[in-house]
Amino acid sequence: MRLHDFRGGVHPPGRKQLSADQPIQPLPLPNRLYIPLQQHAGGPALPIVKAGQKVAKGELLAREQGATSAPLHAPSSGLVVAIGESTAPHVSGLPLPAILLDPDGEDRWMEQDLPPDPLALDPEAVAARIGAAGIVGMGGANFPAAVKLSKARQAGVRLLAINGAECEPYVTCDDRLMRERAAEIVDGAAIMLHALQAPRAVIAIEDNKPEAIQAMRAACGHDARMQVLSLPTRYPTGSAKQLIQILTGLETPAGGRGTDTGVLVHNVGTAYAVQRALRQGRPLISRIVTVSGAAVAEPRNLEVPIGALAADLLAHCGGVSDDLARVLMGGPMMGQPLPSLQTPVIKGTNGILALTAAELGPEPQPAPCVRCGRCVEVCPMGLMPVEMAQRVRRDDWAGTLALGLNDCMACGSCAYACPSQVPLLQYFAHARGALAEQRRAEQKANSIRQLMEQRQARLVREERARAEAAAQRRAAKPRGNTAAREVR
Amino acid sequence: MNLNLPAAPHAHAGDSVHRLMWAVLLALAPTTLYGVFLFGWPAFNLLAVTLLTGLLSEALCLGLAGRAVHPALRDGSVLLTGVLLALSLPPWAPWWIGVIGGGFAVVVGKHIFGGIGQNLFNPAMLARVMLLVSFPVEMTTWLEPRPWFSESAPSFLEGLRITFGHFPIADGLTGPTLLGHLRTELTLAHPLGEILPGHYPPGMTLLGWTSGSLGETSALLILLGGLWLLWRRAITWPIPVAMLGAVLALASLFHGINPERFAGPFLHLTSGSVMLGAFFIATDPVTSPLSRLGQGVFGAGCGALVYIIRTWGGYPEGVAFAVVLMNAATPLIDHYIHPRIYGRTWRGQPRPALVRREPGVDRHD
Repeated sequence: MRLHDFRGGVHPPGRKQLSADQPIQPLPLPNRLYIPLQQHAGGPALPIVKAGQKVAKGELLAREQGATSAPLHAPSSGLVVAIGESTAPHVSGLPLPAILLDPDGEDRWMEQDLPPDPLALDPEAVAARIGAAGIVGMGGANFPAAVKLSKARQAGVRLLAINGAECEPYVTCDDRLMRERAAEIVDGAAIMLHALQAPRAVIAIEDNKPEAIQAMRAACGHDARMQVLSLPTRYPTGSAKQLIQILTGLETPAGGRGTDTGVLVHNVGTAYAVQRALRQGRPLISRIVTVSGAAVAEPRNLEVPIGALAADLLAHCGGVSDDLARVLMGGPMMGQPLPSLQTPVIKGTNGILALTAAELGPEPQPAPCVRCGRCVEVCPMGLMPVEMAQRVRRDDWAGTLALGLNDCMACGSCAYACPSQVPLLQYFAHARGALAEQRRAEQKANSIRQLMEQRQARLVREERARAEAAAQRRAAKPRGNTAAREVR
Repeated sequence: MNLNLPAAPHAHAGDSVHRLMWAVLLALAPTTLYGVFLFGWPAFNLLAVTLLTGLLSEALCLGLAGRAVHPALRDGSVLLTGVLLALSLPPWAPWWIGVIGGGFAVVVGKHIFGGIGQNLFNPAMLARVMLLVSFPVEMTTWLEPRPWFSESAPSFLEGLRITFGHFPIADGLTGPTLLGHLRTELTLAHPLGEILPGHYPPGMTLLGWTSGSLGETSALLILLGGLWLLWRRAITWPIPVAMLGAVLALASLFHGINPERFAGPFLHLTSGSVMLGAFFIATDPVTSPLSRLGQGVFGAGCGALVYIIRTWGGYPEGVAFAVVLMNAATPLIDHYIHPRIYGRTWRGQPRPALVRREPGVDRHD
């Protein structure tokens, strides 16, 4: 398969050696799990358990609400303490509705039969089972996997791309998963191919992970449908849009889906979760998380129940040193800085990084932009970040949009490369916030106007109805009326 | 916990404006030292005066604007402006040329527009154009190389007298530049075959053993510095390649048409300010376009203008005019020439959905 090139990109130091040689270990069960209801694109899940209820491991806790939502399952057996709140895995650290579960330590699975052979099932039934297992994109997109699969099958997608690029620095969870559970990933890919009714899958891995490439090649064996590809290491190769471009030379149309190019991209972690769900009937209740950074005593790759707190993970890795400067959920390029360690791991969390000031580098000292054009050079989307930022400075939202704000995927390459250290992503986030605010205000005005119009229409209707009723009454008693008039 | 939570990315490539400027200064060091060696103490004096004026003007402007003086002086941008201006001056020009030029470059060329990053024109070239138009005699008085340690080299005291004393330089010491000589002779309708012999040893112009601006004589040293900047990624290739390419193409074309009237491409590329302009002046980030394609257009425009001015214009050399003119076109270029956005056509419309069928697989499902 001939590889294509994508525009721009950067080469941040990988720093993967900190944790790459640490085999996956289970995180001991924490005392309490905080399972946010909103862990996916679409509407939050609807709890079906009540405080005080005992649940078994894998039991359904909350149902999906709406077409692009996903159900939640109990990561361990125990007691539902409350439908309460947890800290959002977001820089705001705002409270988020969550199910609080105290594991009883037995880790007892719910009773269930072994599922039927997925390859003998109808493709739609496979997708339904994937959806029921609560599987969402594990690469961080958090989009329900079943919805993606069904839509892609209907669109006639012919190529499944299993994304093992893992281009974010530090993060090694996919690397370890591929090294240690390659057969399961390949089996998961085969199940997805069946659900997709597509002939071929490629497993795309950056060439800084030779062990993973080797393991995946061995696992694919002689399956002619599977091909393992070694890609040059460059950020953001693991972005679905850029990966599709590398594999096919095609671009996802602006505002469209990857499947418009005939390719469906799924993360290796998603393929693994699909295998577990369809072969063993296990819903998605845990994931691999890399705990790394120079402030962590013992960087590790942990298999973590969903809902464990960042604090639990860091404590298990020997705690953090005094020179801790920032904790991130995700990698340094796109990760969220956490305001609190009481933030739970969700289905899309690939890493918890505790970084020292030395790793972060000197405090950014934004200098005046000298229009060097580095940001334009490295933007994988072909945007002009400097020009966009200039519009944002002037609160020119229309101008910012016209230059392609909605095409920006916030990969951070521009800000990484900027010699003046202009916080470009901060500008774009600010613009997005302002535009969302504007949209909300417009929606509010619109709905008020609609309500007013409806009220007006109702008043007119009622008036007319009254008039008609009066006319009918008149018509019903014509004599009395006439008589009254005659008297007058 | 630390509540200072900046937006992603939480990593940085580590380059800074400061480092970029110093890299360019370092790349200029060979040709600067060579120029001082070639033209002696007066050249050193001129360089010092220009730099000093630039620094003082910068400090003054920053002070007036109420901005921090120290970090801005340290970023090297004003030193670069001063060095580039000095390198483009006649080496024995009087002190006040350096003072007026350095002050004009920094005050009018840079701070009137709002300081670093805001200026429309390359400050050094703007000052050079101003000096050329205002002081044509001082700005076109050239001399043959008088290298340090040679008998003709002026002593320190003589150097002071030349720079700070009485202009003009004695007639016997001066000599035209190759381009100047060429222009005079061509105006008299002499064929190149008669003009060049004796005046144009190609190797000498390449090495820079010839009369010319303080730091523009050695095309070779400038080229080496420029290539190092490219390798270090302090500049990008489109501007130098397009500029030199345009000069090369036009010179070859007209030389091919009439070799007695139009000088060849080698002469054009190795003499005057073309090399310095292509690698060090036109590549000024602030005043050149943002996109690769825009930079190519900009560079080609510079090259074409240089050739046009040299061949048909009123001045023997046109790099400063060419760069300043193209600087004025930069906002226009940036307005019209954008990279193509991923998933969109050149016109900005979303690309059509396109499902590529696997070869040999027909879909009947």
